[in-house]
Amino acid sequence: MAAKSGNSKVGSVMVVGAGIAGIQASLDLAESGFYVHLVDASPSIGGLMPQLDKTFPTNDCSMCIVSPKLVDAGRHLNINIISNTEVDFVEGEVGNFTAHLVNHPRFIDPVKCTGCGVCKQHCPVTAVNEFNEGLDRRAATYIKYPQAVPLAYAIDRETCIGCGLCEKLCLAKAVVYAEEERRSTLEVGAIILAPGNEVFDPTAFDTYSYAHHPNVVTSLEFERILSASGPYQGHLMRPYDREEPKSVAWLQCVGSRDINHCDNGYCSAVCCMYAIKEAVIAKEHSHEPLDTAIFFMDMRTYGKDFEKYYERAREEHGVRFIRSRVHTVDPVEEGRLKIIYTDEEGKSLEEEFDMVVLSSGFQPSKRTVELAERLGIELNEHNFAETSSFEPVKTSREGIFVCGAFRDPKDIPISVMEASAAAAAAAAPLVESRFTLTKTKELPAERLVAGEEPRVGVFVCNCGINIGGYADVPAVRDYARNLPNVVHVEDNLFTCSQDTQEKIREVIKEKDINRVVVASCSPRTHEPMFQETIREAGLNKYLFEMANIRDQDTWVHQNDPQGATQKAKDLVRSAVAKAALLDPLEQTVLGLNKVALVVGGGVAGMVAALSLADQGFPVHLVEKTGELGGNALKLRKTWKGEDIGSYVKDLVARVQSHEHITLHTNTQVVANTGFVGNFDTILEKVDDPEQKTTVQHGVSIVATGGKESRPTEYLYGEDDRVLTALELDSRLKEDGNGFKNVNRAVFIQCVGSREPERPYCSKICCTHSIESALQLKELNPDMNVYILYRDIRTYGFREELYKKARAKGIIFIRYSLERKPQVSNGSGSLQVQVYDPILGRDLVIPADALVLASAVLPNEAKEVVRALKVNQNAEGFFLEAHMKLRPVDFGSDGLFLCGLAHYPKSIDEAIAQAQAAAARAATVLAKDVITLGAVKAVVEPDKCAVCLTCVRTCPFGVPYIGEDGYAVIDPAGCHGCGACVAECPGKAISLQHFTDKQLIAKTEALLLKEIGEAAAGK
Amino acid sequence: MSEPFEPKMLAFLCNWCAYAGADLAGVSRFQYPPTIRVIRTMCSGRVDPVFVVKALQSGYDATLVFG
Repeated sequence: MAAKSGNSKVGSVMVVGAGIAGIQASLDLAESGFYVHLVDASPSIGGLMPQLDKTFPTNDCSMCIVSPKLVDAGRHLNINIISNTEVDFVEGEVGNFTAHLVNHPRFIDPVKCTGCGVCKQHCPVTAVNEFNEGLDRRAATYIKYPQAVPLAYAIDRETCIGCGLCEKLCLAKAVVYAEEERRSTLEVGAIILAPGNEVFDPTAFDTYSYAHHPNVVTSLEFERILSASGPYQGHLMRPYDREEPKSVAWLQCVGSRDINHCDNGYCSAVCCMYAIKEAVIAKEHSHEPLDTAIFFMDMRTYGKDFEKYYERAREEHGVRFIRSRVHTVDPVEEGRLKIIYTDEEGKSLEEEFDMVVLSSGFQPSKRTVELAERLGIELNEHNFAETSSFEPVKTSREGIFVCGAFRDPKDIPISVMEASAAAAAAAAPLVESRFTLTKTKELPAERLVAGEEPRVGVFVCNCGINIGGYADVPAVRDYARNLPNVVHVEDNLFTCSQDTQEKIREVIKEKDINRVVVASCSPRTHEPMFQETIREAGLNKYLFEMANIRDQDTWVHQNDPQGATQKAKDLVRSAVAKAALLDPLEQTVLGLNKVALVVGGGVAGMVAALSLADQGFPVHLVEKTGELGGNALKLRKTWKGEDIGSYVKDLVARVQSHEHITLHTNTQVVANTGFVGNFDTILEKVDDPEQKTTVQHGVSIVATGGKESRPTEYLYGEDDRVLTALELDSRLKEDGNGFKNVNRAVFIQCVGSREPERPYCSKICCTHSIESALQLKELNPDMNVYILYRDIRTYGFREELYKKARAKGIIFIRYSLERKPQVSNGSGSLQVQVYDPILGRDLVIPADALVLASAVLPNEAKEVVRALKVNQNAEGFFLEAHMKLRPVDFGSDGLFLCGLAHYPKSIDEAIAQAQAAAARAATVLAKDVITLGAVKAVVEPDKCAVCLTCVRTCPFGVPYIGEDGYAVIDPAGCHGCGACVAECPGKAISLQHFTDKQLIAKTEALLLKEIGEAAAGK
Repeated sequence: MSEPFEPKMLAFLCNWCAYAGADLAGVSRFQYPPTIRVIRTMCSGRVDPVFVVKALQSGYDATLVFG
């Protein structure tokens, strides 16, 4: 095989930086057949996300959603975590790189360390705790946080006094004082850079009093203040006197959109949303009504569901939004602070607050910049990695890719998306070496538990203070001890942490446990992880049950600790009752069809198809119209000025000539059956419904796209001089000279977006209008160009375009929803009337051209929704499995999404998302078998009366009457809903893991008292 | 003397929608009385009328099926 020859490519990838982006890229690569070396300078992986309290716009607990990913990466057989390590330099080329690493000493051997913490307890040194942003102290022997992966301590030799106590006390003999810096090398085929950003340090802003006043904190410090695992255990307190503040102010754009105090002219893209989130969460944490005010220039809530979050914060939570620029923050008496600011009308005003949060922006750290220089990666003027819009994750050096905030400032979902995209891009040149370096897992044989008495182990989680802060966890634990069949109970600070998994495995063996109950959060998020843990201890994974005592108990009964404790006991009792009746189940293993179906032939669909085809997977690309290219055919340039027309032409040519792509134009999807790995989809010619084709495939990618809405206001359709943004693009593309005679052009933003009937921001229009305005200015430099806007949302480096537009004399006038511009053409010319808040009066602008930035709508794609059974949100965009960490997966396995069908986005984001969808799809297609879940309906032939009820009931059409004269349910097709089970009049069908007996036991055990009475009455 | 009536309710929730909604209520910190208890099923279609009867027999005042 080629793998043996001298010039073969190495089947491993080095990922530099183990934040959420680095972790996602590693997981995707490791799941699709590549061995991953995940290198991070820190002693543990996770990056910034573990420091955050909640995440917008769902308010998910950041630690809770990232923790399963940390554990997945930590225990993945094909991910080698190399902590405390930096990359010195890299030799070689794509396929055969040699990476030279510097391994800094940790002074504690992570393999021997058990994470018991004895060293930390006895360490006499106190040092600044960086994880809590310096708000409290830690010992010199430390671990960043309890869920850290790898779960091993480190010694901070900067502060260590060398007393040797920890070495004497460590039972594992893990302390290695004499450890020295080492150098090592790795052979890898490709490299992904995901070093992230650092948060801007506002010390230099002397007028904001940050350096010398404890009650002026950065947004990251405030995250730690809010966090249950933070310095104040989640109690809202101000650092000055540990009193609860009654008023908190947020100052936006600190270290962003600022070239006076710093060089960061760009927008950091996330601060508006996190400030709103912090204000809402702070109000929730506060015992007294808390006054919150956000001082901002433009409110940039441009992402999916962000605008609704902003509306809710304002309308429901009463967060105040003050459009202003803050001049000074002055300390006044009793730790309070006076904010002096200028409002929109230019008036100088002041207001006092108990606490001030500086919404600090992002920038690449000095270390990252130096790394990039050593690797020979081109950087842009702001020191971020330079990339093109058409190859968003490719750096200037072949074989080295980039993702996350080092490409441009961005939020978690887009980082995760790009991480998957980088995985796809890194995999493409290494396809021939897939599975050459990966290892396979050796699981212990499953213990036979049939016939054994149930021996249940119960693990009750405190979840920091998320559970323990409201319910009496020790009481729940002690209560569980006396339940029938329970042989072991314990409570954990975090049951999901890596050390607890180890503990669970040990206890299972030690006490011969054959059923495990975890009382913690939701089985929807954490059950798979715990099931894997017990499987590693030799138990069948179905011998597991969860009690949801957080999401559905302590979080929803925060004001009723007694009620919450009682409910937790009841839920645990109910789970134990079901656990006793659990049976080990066998999972079906099936082959799979290594073929993909991509629906939609726009840029996203084509990129996804090519990305998979380049990896050697056959793809069926379905396009409803006769032409590939979608919206991109109408676009002129990217905001960076790259020509879209030639890119699309090239893309179409590659798709049409690719040996692995089968193109189906004028075709739509009409029906789909099957499940991940084995789908059958019926395609139909749009103009000839009789012409049908069935394709067999293992995954589907939905890229059905979107469109520009038709405005219903501002004389659109009544006056030829009123155009939409795309119509202007088309005219500029055909012949821009027509605009040379235009003296005045007006753009109106948010036409049909951010309105009550369409409450989302279309994200791309601010940048697009500014780019078009600049083009008009170029055609006729004397033209007066006006942009009427509500907030200018030129996030990230797009801010440069906004700056350029102002420098070129384009006039920006803000309007509000209550006072929208009026357009008339009574006297022959177009007249745009708008209230100018700076001048404080109405202006009338005679216009030769009026351009409407109309909303971006999703294409209806009804047939796709029906056939694939995928969900849409209220606005018709497709719903991803998890907004933060699964941005391109659908809820059902084997289905992925990308492009405008997900949400309005620019072409570079659509391309990255399409590559991401391909990477996620490749994690399925790369495998040889699919292991199905065992939650399936099974028929007892003797009881079947062949009444056909199940055949009629099943929403997926799976049951049929077999040759032997009874109903047959193919486990491969069964979705495990159990509808047939409930309907079967003869009780011939049962749903494994959700049997009648199990569910009734669970129901009855939920109300103990009544059961007692019922028993007594019998 | 009479205490205010606090109905004990049992809700059968579909794993894919209503149970996810109950989790979301937690994430959003919506507060509701702890006398509401939840049983997760893989689909509301899994709920056999017998479960409802059993629930009422064992002392619940009301049963909800969401899916």
